[in-house]
Amino acid sequence: MRARLIIARLIQAIPVVIGVVVITFILTRALPGDPAVYFAGDAADEASIQQVRETLGLDKPLPHQFLQYVRDLVRGDWGNSLSTGQPVLADLARRLPASLELTLLALLLSCAIAIPLGVMAATSPGSWKDHLCRVLVTAGVSLPTFFTGILLVYVFYYLLDIVPSPLGRLDFIYIEPDSITGFYLIDGALTGDWETFRGAAKQLVLPATTMAIFTLAPIARMTRASMLTALSSDFIRTARAAGLARRKILMGYALRNALLPVVTTLGMVFSFALGANVLVEKVFAWPGIGSYAVDALVASDYAAVQGFVLAMALLFVALNLIIDLVYALIDPRIGFDS
Amino acid sequence: MLKIQNLRVQFQTRNGPVDAVRGIDLMLGRGETLGIVGESGSGKSVTAFSILQILDQGGRIVSGELNYSGVDLSNASERDLNDIRGREISMIFQNPRAALNPIRKVGHQIEDVLRHHAQATVQDARAKAIAALKEVQIKDAEARYHAYPFELSGGMCQRVVIALALACKPQLLIADEPTTGLDVTTQKTVMDLIQALAHERQMGVILITHDLGLAGQYCDRLVVMKDGAVVESGAPETLGRSATHAYTQRLVAATPHPGKTLHELVLGGTETPVPDQGDVLLSAQNVTKTYVGKSGPVHALKGVSFDLRQGGCLGLVGESGSGKSTVSSIIARLQDPTDGAILFEGASLLDTSAKKFARDPRRPQVQMVFQDATDSLNPRHSAAQSIAEPLRHLGNLTNIQRRDRVHELAEQVGLPSPLLTRLPHQLSEGQKARVGIARALAVSPKLLILDEPTAALDVSIQAIVLNLLATLRHQLNLTYLFVSHDLAVIQMLCDSVAVMRQGQIEEMGETSQVLNAPETAYTRSLIDAAPVPIM
Repeated sequence: MRARLIIARLIQAIPVVIGVVVITFILTRALPGDPAVYFAGDAADEASIQQVRETLGLDKPLPHQFLQYVRDLVRGDWGNSLSTGQPVLADLARRLPASLELTLLALLLSCAIAIPLGVMAATSPGSWKDHLCRVLVTAGVSLPTFFTGILLVYVFYYLLDIVPSPLGRLDFIYIEPDSITGFYLIDGALTGDWETFRGAAKQLVLPATTMAIFTLAPIARMTRASMLTALSSDFIRTARAAGLARRKILMGYALRNALLPVVTTLGMVFSFALGANVLVEKVFAWPGIGSYAVDALVASDYAAVQGFVLAMALLFVALNLIIDLVYALIDPRIGFDS
Repeated sequence: MLKIQNLRVQFQTRNGPVDAVRGIDLMLGRGETLGIVGESGSGKSVTAFSILQILDQGGRIVSGELNYSGVDLSNASERDLNDIRGREISMIFQNPRAALNPIRKVGHQIEDVLRHHAQATVQDARAKAIAALKEVQIKDAEARYHAYPFELSGGMCQRVVIALALACKPQLLIADEPTTGLDVTTQKTVMDLIQALAHERQMGVILITHDLGLAGQYCDRLVVMKDGAVVESGAPETLGRSATHAYTQRLVAATPHPGKTLHELVLGGTETPVPDQGDVLLSAQNVTKTYVGKSGPVHALKGVSFDLRQGGCLGLVGESGSGKSTVSSIIARLQDPTDGAILFEGASLLDTSAKKFARDPRRPQVQMVFQDATDSLNPRHSAAQSIAEPLRHLGNLTNIQRRDRVHELAEQVGLPSPLLTRLPHQLSEGQKARVGIARALAVSPKLLILDEPTAALDVSIQAIVLNLLATLRHQLNLTYLFVSHDLAVIQMLCDSVAVMRQGQIEEMGETSQVLNAPETAYTRSLIDAAPVPIM
């Protein structure tokens, strides 16, 4: 039963993916400038531009171009990046895991702090714990990531010198692990290369903390609000009247009911974190997808921008799918078809 | 078994402390059933919560002694209290669906309680939970064990709540409005179940209710509360016959029961003449409504026909899901029927679709008074604005004319004009009900559809509102379509009644005829399920 619902939900995602493909296609065609001119290079004359136009298929009618584009996409040919000279798909495959590893770790860290903080604040509203939560959350969200990032670097690298230099995913003394998933932590653990694992973890600490501080606020706020609602509902009173232990009431009854809006927020935070970590990636010279996209945009690197937009869109579709599935796991009232 | 002495409970609010309970004394013996009766705000629920020490945040027991079998509850530690709660003293609540954890299987919720009080182990918890479900007469208990609350009906949820409360065989059961929101027939089965279990286990029961009739039927002794204090106590029969306190007398008078007339509800009330009936004003002919549901079509109405004469009052009575609200919203032209005809003064109302009916010239003539006076008023509009709202859209009056009309309406419904500038939250329930009625009357309708207008009101206010409706009907020569689940109320106000069941009219006729000599078994069961009056 449940498996069928999941498959049904997966099928619902297909039109969205098709829409995304159409929009990226139109977007790149609608942008000002002639791609053929860029691809041909600065020194090209009229004839060679025309030649590039023909090889790129740009002289054909739009529907034909679209079919060509889709066929290439399916075959895994997302075009070549001008600035790196590499296939876009290969670039993305190398850089996306770097961004994902950073974002996921940051969110994990953020949840580990924000959810207990929110629960603590909700159990005694108006107390010093509640105020502490509010101060931390406000501070976290009002400091821009590039500032917190540089501050952390200054304190922990320059003054205390307890972390390695904030340049990239691995210090030069370590060797990159064999790429299995592209996540250095996971690859290191899988291959049993604990040396690299530790090295990658050390590099991750500062950027992940920077992002965690920034994403703390919405999660903690939402946890507090939905916990307050859950704690004042009738079934909590029933549980209290039945004499259940405080821990069971708080964790088993209230928190699970409060989790739904938190998961929604988490999905939104993940989306904007993945986009917003451009700044963090720049500060820590992190070879992620955000800095790649900014460089590509500045250089008018069409194929790369197109690939980035498509990859992000697909990622968000997948993310929403996962959130919907998590909903259904938490709340039996939610059917996939509603 | 339970002895409460001089209990005082205070709530901290923004406007300073408020006394919710002002020094009450209560006693309850083993196997005895005590009824605490009072209207909203009388402190009866707060008293119950104090016994279990589960007051909401801000609530505090200022003084008093709560003695349960020798244990002082007000000074017991949280640990001791958790042993007593659920095992010695249990509680069931109103709104059973909300009282259960919405995302946990009901069987697991019962297990939680059993396991916490060491009444079951991992191995036998499941069997014991199913046994507890069986004991409250849930059919197919093994399957229900896996159900979530949203999959069960209201009555079934209340059974689960009772099973949860009684799983650990407590000595004292506190039932806080256990049947509010349930249909009369379900109310009867639930109350009979509680009574039978209490008798079987020699369990003490405290029944908290606003319904004097219900309390009188099931309790050995009654306590009447008002404004946080006990005003009178005694056996139901004595209270019903010879109440000494003025408030009890008023409460007894205001409780509707078959055979009572409208003016008897209010002490010193006078009879209102019933308007003469004219031609047929509204005629519903074979109205059907079918919704497209997830698992096939849902037939909400399967052919409903009735005539309503000018100046008449037809009561639509039925349990939840019988289709009575669907009928009223179709006639109010808020939605379209699937099939059938509705004639108003001989012309079809269905010529204009529900969506466009707001611009129909007949819109002012058919108006509606809604069930929840609070929810149906815009919280940011003053009473005057709310009443003037339909005039703004349907009448063409100048500002001054409109203001005069609002004052005139306020006077008609007995709303003092200084209250007109107040917002809904600054008005009492009864005053909000008056605003709702004045708003419906603003455009001088011929037909007024009243959808359970008194269901959310305390009995004493209900009595006043019902009398007001009768007076208005006479003064303005109005025709009423009165939707209610309460036969006793219909009996007093309506001259004819239609009993609805599963989208059809089961029985229709003169009110006295239907109530005194019902032709169908279903009508009979509805009449029988209503609590027997104590007076």
